[in-house]
Amino acid sequence: MSAGAGAGPAVGEVVDVGEWAKPLPGLDAVNGPYWKAAREGRLLIQECPTCGHRQWYPRALCTACGADPVWLETTGRGVVHTFTVIRQQGMPAFKAELPYVVAMVELAEGPLVFGSMPGVDPDLVAIGTPVEVWFGVADDDTGVPFWRPVP
Amino acid sequence: MADRTPVIVGIGLSDFPRAPHLDGVQHHVLAAQRAIADAGIDKSSIDGYVNAGGSGGGDMVDGAIAMAEYLGIDHRYLDGTMTGGSSFEFHVQHLASAIRTGLCDTALVTYGSNQLSRMGRALGTGGMHRGPSRIAGPMGYEAPYGNSLVGSYAMHARRHMHEYGTTSEQLAEIAVGVREFAALNPNAMYRDPITVDDVLASKMIADPLHMLDCCAITDGGGAFVMTTAERAKDLPQAPVYVLGAAAAMTHWNVCQQTDFTTCAGEKIAPIVFGQAGLTHDDVDLLMFYDSFTITCLILLESLGFVGKGEGGPFVAEGNLKRGGKWPMNTDGGGLSSCHPGMRGIFLIVEAVRQLRGQGGAAQVPDCEVAIAAGSGGWLSAIGAVLLGKEAP
Ligand SMILES: [Zn+2]
Repeated sequence: MSAGAGAGPAVGEVVDVGEWAKPLPGLDAVNGPYWKAAREGRLLIQECPTCGHRQWYPRALCTACGADPVWLETTGRGVVHTFTVIRQQGMPAFKAELPYVVAMVELAEGPLVFGSMPGVDPDLVAIGTPVEVWFGVADDDTGVPFWRPVP
Repeated sequence: MADRTPVIVGIGLSDFPRAPHLDGVQHHVLAAQRAIADAGIDKSSIDGYVNAGGSGGGDMVDGAIAMAEYLGIDHRYLDGTMTGGSSFEFHVQHLASAIRTGLCDTALVTYGSNQLSRMGRALGTGGMHRGPSRIAGPMGYEAPYGNSLVGSYAMHARRHMHEYGTTSEQLAEIAVGVREFAALNPNAMYRDPITVDDVLASKMIADPLHMLDCCAITDGGGAFVMTTAERAKDLPQAPVYVLGAAAAMTHWNVCQQTDFTTCAGEKIAPIVFGQAGLTHDDVDLLMFYDSFTITCLILLESLGFVGKGEGGPFVAEGNLKRGGKWPMNTDGGGLSSCHPGMRGIFLIVEAVRQLRGQGGAAQVPDCEVAIAAGSGGWLSAIGAVLLGKEAP
């Protein structure tokens, strides 16, 4: 599976990446909707109806004012805020993909989001590179957001 | 009235860098025995115990509760704060207050880990999520992406380079300077001199950090004894005074870092220097957590020793080397000497040694004030302690 610039899925596309061998989040009442939405091709963050603060990762409260946040669907676009190229990793599922980019993406909606770019040539990535989300299918309830440069 | 100014009166190290004959608990014990002997106190006089665990056995094996029982300490003050590598700077902050207010009189802090003998050198890149395939809590938001410990610091280095023009050559100077001190420490893990070119030619682990930008993985343990200045009058070692201690965090998981060029050092520097009534120019020795070269650079800037973005050129001028303006990590640091997983206690032990004038070949001349600054997690939890030879 390749997700290199110009060759990968469209923004927001949900991709069958075969048998899932990487670690996954433990699902709970708060994060469940986030991972389920990703399974359906939507990247969510949270927004506070009281103070307007936006946050990622999802929580049971607004970290700014303490009120109950609500979900906000993003455009799935952003720019690379910072990144690294992982060249050594002991875990087999990741070792098979070396080298790969791990990055913080600054969403168009504001918050920084953590993720990776499997299959993307690291030379195509720099701070400021525009990127878009796609989703790998882990199981029926869990999609995992990944990133690639905007073609 | 009794002088309850907090002082450090005993220090001890276990065996390192390779000690296959010791497990994590034994590292705690050996360091504790040596610190108690160094302090010249009766074990029975210890009424405070502090420990961050971390040897891999879990809280029930080497956490504060388990080790207080194992060591047989009849405590009336107990603290198990765990903030990763900076735990011990947090501990000094807590103990300074506890000792001043009389919650305890004489406290022991211990650390031990057989990281190298137990796990080899996998800590930095072994994959942080080897175990269960479902990762609970906030780490679940990082677990599917295959980051490494090195990668988290590399993302800081990359952003710092982007904003300030910091170079790999400048970062390499940090590793070269620390190695010069390691050459003077017979126990250091790596003692052969290295050059900037050696660092740049070493294997890239997570861009832009090379292998020689990364700390060693070793076994080791440390301990120290804190008490009041009053009690120290009857003890053999010259007391080292806690002049200030401050600690804070900006995030825990690296996915929640918002400024990859700095850390909570910015928040705690005015506090710790304010408590001590000192300025940066009063400091003779830096003991900085050198998990990676970039860690030192960000501590240097965030704690205000240089302006933001000025760290790269400053280190390239040799200011942190032996004989420089602020010699750093005179024991050879985590980069070259001893890093069993949580190095913060060794920063304090070496600072005390230097302030006593026991630094041997690496002794900083006229060393009167030292700062120990720890970084826990991913430049997440930062603690800084100012230590002095003279009473405040
Ligand atoms: Zn709010």
